[in-house]
Amino acid sequence: MSNEVVLDSHGSASIAHEVHHGHDAHHEHHETFISKYVFSMDHKMIAKQFLITGMFWAVMGGLMSVLFRLQLGYPDATFPWLEDILGKWAKGGHISAEAYYALVTTHGTVLVFFVLTAGLSGTFANFLIPLQVGARDMASPFMNMLSFWFFFIAGLVMLSSIFVETGPFSGGWTAYPPLSALGSASPGSKTGMDLWIVSMALFVVSSLLGGLNYIATVLNMRTKGMSMTRLPLTIWALFFTAVLGVLSFPVLFSGFILLIFDRNFGTSFYLSDIFVNGVGALPNEGGSAILYQHLFWFLGHPEVYIILLPAMGMVSEILSTNARKPIFGYMAMIGSMFAIAILAFLVWAHHMFVTGLNPFLGSIFVLLTLLIAVPSAIKVFNWLTTLWRGNIRFTPAMMFAIGFVSLFISGGLTGIWLGNSALDIHLHDTYFVIAHFHIVMGVASMFGMFAGIYHWFPKMYGRYLNNTLGYVHFWITITGAYLIFWPMHYEGLAGMPRRYYDYSIWESFKQFSDLNRFISTVAMIVFATQLLFLANFFYSIFKGRKLMVKNPWDSTTLEWTTPIKPGHGNWPGEIPEVYRWAYDYGKDGRDFISQTTPVGADESVH
Amino acid sequence: MTMYLVIAVVILFFLVIFQIAKASEYVAVLKGEKVSKLQSNKINGFLMVVFLIVGLIGVWYCNELYFGKTLFKYGSASVQGEKVDSMLWVTIAVTGSVFIATQILLFWFAFKYQEKPDRKVFYFPHNTNLELLWTVVPAIVLTVLVVIGLRNWFSFTGEAPKNAQVIEVTGKQFGWIFRYPGADKELGKKYYKNIDNASNSLGLVWDDKMSHDDIVTEQTVYIVKDKPCKFIIGSRDVIHDVGLSQFRMKMDAVPGIPTTLWFTPKFTTKEMKEKTGNPNFAYEISCDQMCGNGHYSMKGIIEVVTQAEYDEWLSKQKPYYFAAFPDKDPSSAPKADSTTKKVAVVAPPPSNSQKI
Repeated sequence: MSNEVVLDSHGSASIAHEVHHGHDAHHEHHETFISKYVFSMDHKMIAKQFLITGMFWAVMGGLMSVLFRLQLGYPDATFPWLEDILGKWAKGGHISAEAYYALVTTHGTVLVFFVLTAGLSGTFANFLIPLQVGARDMASPFMNMLSFWFFFIAGLVMLSSIFVETGPFSGGWTAYPPLSALGSASPGSKTGMDLWIVSMALFVVSSLLGGLNYIATVLNMRTKGMSMTRLPLTIWALFFTAVLGVLSFPVLFSGFILLIFDRNFGTSFYLSDIFVNGVGALPNEGGSAILYQHLFWFLGHPEVYIILLPAMGMVSEILSTNARKPIFGYMAMIGSMFAIAILAFLVWAHHMFVTGLNPFLGSIFVLLTLLIAVPSAIKVFNWLTTLWRGNIRFTPAMMFAIGFVSLFISGGLTGIWLGNSALDIHLHDTYFVIAHFHIVMGVASMFGMFAGIYHWFPKMYGRYLNNTLGYVHFWITITGAYLIFWPMHYEGLAGMPRRYYDYSIWESFKQFSDLNRFISTVAMIVFATQLLFLANFFYSIFKGRKLMVKNPWDSTTLEWTTPIKPGHGNWPGEIPEVYRWAYDYGKDGRDFISQTTPVGADESVH
Repeated sequence: MTMYLVIAVVILFFLVIFQIAKASEYVAVLKGEKVSKLQSNKINGFLMVVFLIVGLIGVWYCNELYFGKTLFKYGSASVQGEKVDSMLWVTIAVTGSVFIATQILLFWFAFKYQEKPDRKVFYFPHNTNLELLWTVVPAIVLTVLVVIGLRNWFSFTGEAPKNAQVIEVTGKQFGWIFRYPGADKELGKKYYKNIDNASNSLGLVWDDKMSHDDIVTEQTVYIVKDKPCKFIIGSRDVIHDVGLSQFRMKMDAVPGIPTTLWFTPKFTTKEMKEKTGNPNFAYEISCDQMCGNGHYSMKGIIEVVTQAEYDEWLSKQKPYYFAAFPDKDPSSAPKADSTTKKVAVVAPPPSNSQKI
C-alpha cells in the first residue's frame, strides 16, 4: 500500500489513483471489528489507540503521585483504605518506604515515556502527519501498527511489575547503577527491575518503529506543492522529535544492554569496588557507574525535547489559528527548533555536574546548556508577537496554548539557574529541580497535549468536546499547577532533597511540613479535575455536539479539507494540491486562506 | 465512613458541574453560537487579566511566606557559598525581570486582543530586526551569566588550598563513615575486599603503616572554623551524594571513583545556633542521590568547631587500628610498642589496592 501512496502523493500516475481507490473500497467492505479497532493500520485509529492508552497511563501515573503526595503531605496520618488497595505495601494504612520509592519511580517512568512520549507524539504524529502533509497514511502502516502494539506490551510488562512479590523497581526513573544493578542493595532491583528493563526495551522498539515511519512520511509523502517550508509547524516539530528519538533511543538501549549484562551475566561495566551489607564484597572491579549516566542522559536530555517539541509545534499552530494571525517568524521558529534539536545532543552532562565530572568538561556543558535559552527565547517572543494585534478566540485549545506559553516561560527561566554549574552545586537534586522540570516539561507538555486534544477532537471523532468543561478544566489546572510547583522552588532553595520519604528527622528541611500538606491537597484537586476532563472526553465521543462543518476553527491546513469523518485514505477523491504556506490568516483583509487555494494575482507579497 | 462521604460529595460535585456544562451547551445553541462565543470570549479574556494580577500577587505572597524558611535569610555558612549566593541574586534579577515582563505581555495581549467583531488583525508574518533583537540580547545576557558562573565553577572545583584539612567521607547504605589521616597527615591505603563491618568498615590495608594512625568515625565529623576543609568522597556500595545545603556544596559519592569537594566554613555550629535562634540547629549532610529504601534517613552531621575545640576532641580519639587489634593499643597493653614496629616493616601492600 505504501508504494501506491507514494505515487499518489506525487500525483503523477492517475492509474495509481484508481488502483488505490479500488483497494480502499475493498478494504472498507471487509473491515471487521478486529481490523478496524484492534489491529488497525489506519493512522487515525492508531493515533486514538495511542491517545487512549496514554490516558490510561496518565491516570495511573497521576494516581501514583496522589498516593505518594499523601505520604509527603500527611506523614503522620493513617489511611486504612490504603491497606485495602496496597496490601502489605501500606500496612496499617501507612505507605512503606519501599512502596513510596516504587510509586515515585513508576510515576516518573510512566509519565515521561508512556504518557508524554508515546501518548503525546504517538498520538499527534500519527494523527497529524498524514493529514497535514496530505498523505493517505503513513509510509508503513504495518510498522505503525507494530509500534502501537510494542508500546501496548511494554505497558503490560510495566503493569505486571507492580504485582511482583519484591515490588516494582524503586531506584528512581533514571535507574542509576549500582542501585539498579544489585538486587541485594534494594528489593525493587530484583524481578521488578528485570521487568522494568524489558518494558523499556520494548518501548524503545516501539519508539524507533514509530519514529522511522514519521520521518519517512514527512520526507517522502507530502502532497503536490507541499514543500518543506510550507509545512505547518506541528509537522516540523514532530519531524524533529522523531529524528531526536531515532538518534538517541538506541544509545539508551545500549546502556540497558550493558545493565542487563551486569545484572545477569557477571560483567562489570558499571560496577567496581562494591561491598553490600549482608552480602559482602562483590567480585566486580574496574567498571564505572558514571558510564551509565552518560549513556542514559544521552537519551535522557533529548527526551526532554522529544516531550516538549510536539507541544511547541501544536501550540504554534493553535495560537496562530485562534489569534487569526500568521505565526510570527515562521522560518525563525523552524530554525530555533533545529537549533534545539542539535543542542539537545550536546548538553546531556548538565545532569552530571556533581558526579565528579572533569570541571573543564563541565564548563563546556554549561556553555552549551545556556545556549539553548537563545532559541527558547526566540520561540517565546515569537509566540507573544503572534498574539499581538490579533483577534483572539478563546477556544479551550487556545486557553491551553496560552497556558503552555506561560508555563514554558516560568519553567524555562529556572533552567538558566540549573544549567549554570556553580548554582547547580547548590540546587542539584533538590525540590528546585522537581519544580523546574515539572513546570517546563511535565505540565507544559501536558498543556500542549490538552491543547491538541481540544483542537483536533472534532477531527478525530466528528464531535465537539464540551466547552464549559474545557474552561473549568483549564482554569483549575493552570491555577493548581502553579500552586503545586511554584512554592517548591523555595523548598529547593532551602536544599530540601528530592526522593525523601519523610523529612521529619531533618532539622534543615522539616520547616516545610505545612507547605507539603498544602501541595498535596492541591495535587489531589488537580488530579480530580483531570478525571472531569476524561469524563468530558469519553462522553463527547458518543454524545458530544455533532460537527456540522468541515472546518470548525476556520483553519488553513489540510486536515480540515477532509470529510467530517474521513475514512481510511483520508480524502475520498484526489489529495488536494497545496499552493501556499499554512499561515495565511488575516491576509489582505481575508480571515483565512486555505493552503489549497491558489495564490491570486491580486495578493500582496510578504 | 467519612471516606465514603467524601467520595460521595466529590462525585455529586462532579455530576453537578457536568450537568451545568451540558446545559450551558444547550443554552449556547439556543442563543446562537456567535453570541455565546463572544460572551465566553469576554469572560475568559477578563479571567486572563485576573489570573495575571492574582498570580503576580501570589508570587509576592509566596515569597513573603517562604523566603524566611530558605537558607538565604542567614547567608551562606561557607566562604565559597557566598559566591553562590551573589550569583543567585544576579540570576534572580535577570530571570525575574524577564519572567514578569513576558507574563504581563502574554496575559495582557490575550486580554487586549480578544476577539471583537470589528477588529482587523495586523498581518505580520516576520520582521528581521525584531527577530535579531531577541536573538542577540538574550545571547549577550546569557554570556554574562555564563562568565560569572564559570569563574565560580573553576574556583570551587579547583585545587583546595595547601593548608586544607583533609577528611575522607565514605557513603554506605545508609550512613556516613569519616576518616582522618592522623598524625602523619596521610590517609593509608584501603581495599574494598578487606571490608569487615565489625573491625574494618573501610577496608583499610593494615600492611600500609600510614593507615595505622588513621582515625575513623561514623555519622559525625568535626571540622575547623575558617580553615579550608577538603573531603575526599567515596562510596562503599551504591551512588550517594554529600549534600551540604548550608555550605552550598554537593558532590556525589561513587563506588570506585573518588571525588573531592572543599569549602571553608565561616561559623561554628554554636554560632549558627545563636544566629538562627534554633537550639537544635545542625549542619546536616543529606544524601542527595537516590540510594535505596533508607535514602531519606541517610544523615550525617558536621560539627564546625574552633581550632582549640578541635584539638581537644582529636586528642581523645584513638586510631582505628586499635579497634581492629585491641591488643596493640598502648593504653590497654603497655608492651604493644614493639609489635607495632614489626607490623610496620612487613611486605608491601597488594598491587591491586588503592592509593587514596
